[in-house]
Amino acid sequence: MPANRFNGYKDFGVGIGLRVPHYNHIFEKKPVVDWFEIISENYMVEGGRQLQVLDQILERYRVVQHGVSMYFGSAEPLNREHLRRLKKLVRRTNTPWLTDHLCWGSVDGRYSHDLLPMPYTFEAAKRTAQKVREARDFLEVPIAVENVSSYAEYHVSEMTEWEFLNEVVEQADCGILLDVNNIYVSSRNHSFDPFEYLRSVPAERVAQIHIAGHSNYEKYILDTHDHPVLDPVWQLYAKAIEMFGPTATLLEWDDHIPSFDEVHKEALKAKQYIPASSAVAS
Amino acid sequence: MSAGNVNPVRMNLDQLQRAVFDVVRQPLTDNERMREHTLDGRSTKEIAEEIVKPNDRLTSVERLEIYNRVYWFRLLSSLADDFPGLRAVIGQEAFDKVLLGYLTEMPSVSYTLRDLGSRLEAWLRAHPEFISSNERMALDMVRLEWADIEAFDAAEFPVLSQAELAGLGEDPVFHLQPYLQLLDLSYPVDELLLKVRETEDPETDISSNVVMMDHSDSAPRKQLPLPKGKKVFLAVHRQENIVYFKRLKPEGFALLRALQQGQPLSQAIETSVNWSGKKLERVMEQLHDWFANWSQLGWFCRPPEKESQP
Repeated sequence: MPANRFNGYKDFGVGIGLRVPHYNHIFEKKPVVDWFEIISENYMVEGGRQLQVLDQILERYRVVQHGVSMYFGSAEPLNREHLRRLKKLVRRTNTPWLTDHLCWGSVDGRYSHDLLPMPYTFEAAKRTAQKVREARDFLEVPIAVENVSSYAEYHVSEMTEWEFLNEVVEQADCGILLDVNNIYVSSRNHSFDPFEYLRSVPAERVAQIHIAGHSNYEKYILDTHDHPVLDPVWQLYAKAIEMFGPTATLLEWDDHIPSFDEVHKEALKAKQYIPASSAVAS
Repeated sequence: MSAGNVNPVRMNLDQLQRAVFDVVRQPLTDNERMREHTLDGRSTKEIAEEIVKPNDRLTSVERLEIYNRVYWFRLLSSLADDFPGLRAVIGQEAFDKVLLGYLTEMPSVSYTLRDLGSRLEAWLRAHPEFISSNERMALDMVRLEWADIEAFDAAEFPVLSQAELAGLGEDPVFHLQPYLQLLDLSYPVDELLLKVRETEDPETDISSNVVMMDHSDSAPRKQLPLPKGKKVFLAVHRQENIVYFKRLKPEGFALLRALQQGQPLSQAIETSVNWSGKKLERVMEQLHDWFANWSQLGWFCRPPEKESQP
């Protein structure tokens, strides 16, 4: 959706992820970019270069925080130290909304540093939604949860992934960061129709969209973020924009990162799918 | 496909996550595949089949194995990026064993990979057999590399001006910048680490949910000559957000460390004299220059204000 309560009523256009290899280019060339997404954990520190870079970026650009380790789906409680540091960063960036993944990744305070797939059970949906609510209440910022790519499904699951997503966001009353590349990757790995997934997404909760590249292997697809966006993902993206309207969109490119211009050019391809009358002026 | 005789087990969220995580963090085999048995002897195939559905292309084991491999590739790669100096000291083969042993015994307990190596020094002290060829130098290097990580992003408080320093009273207690790390080393590993960095300079940050399916770093590394033993007293500090190594005289190091521990100046001077074996006069005649230099570097700061709890 365009501006809505889950993205702070902002209409941000097409952005890219802020990555270390691009710092110098950004500071020297000052390119026009609709917005940057930062990985929160990279800036949840007490001082040093990362915060200096962030402050310089904040002077010129709009920034949205994206986390990789909140693990809303872990059975254990939220990490209070993590939340405290995250809130400090939220105050610094004034991010209009904040995102993290609909997954789990820690057990008994031990961390996998991976986005492990949820069992799609009512019990898991209830506990996950409760944690999203707790985080939002503490952080005082709208939260949107991102669907992850997955390579495994559990016997205990009681519903589809998209039904689970709906359960969680309804119970938590939170937004969705819809990653259309992840939908595509999981659809191939689990043999479902990605357009059926899209059709089930509640439009009014979509705060943001992710696009990215993936890698095809013989028996499965991996979410590698090291390629341009592939055609099937653009097709899903086009459908998503048609269904949800112009939505803040972000290209993720995390490995084998090419030049800033190449990444930005790839991201801006998204604008061809956004109706001209509603495209954000850069 | 082995779906015919599978007995899925009904698990709640806690049970499922514990079971999956236990398998995911099992060390890989030598050819980087999932082990047939967990370290406590259970069949990974049985566990996988109880939890994970197979599909028309992959067995339950193969699907769980993807996560098992990604876990290890990501963590090994992160630690290898953080401790290239240790690899230079003990060699690739021993280094690989250290990383594997450490991560097996000490899984990450922080939400950020930045902290992954925080317990490596302590673990190596408990397991000197992993670095027996060069124990002291290896420990020195690990301490230096961890100090470098700490100095990089620790807090920096407002610097005390010369006037403020002068006005602290007769026997002041100083506050030193949190980024300042003090190391007494038995080997000049600072020089070695700088040489290592000349040959490799990874600059990475945490990415999104990118999947790593290859952690092998096959770039040939030049074997650097290892230094001979020599006492080095080092300040690892930060200027303009760049981390530097600054060597100190032993008496200056002892004084600074005593100040860092909160000793008032008079007591710190006494500590310096006792610890370094230098004469009091020798320490006192250098005091002015030391303070001028350390002050110029911004190492003396105002005490941190109490942070309001969010």
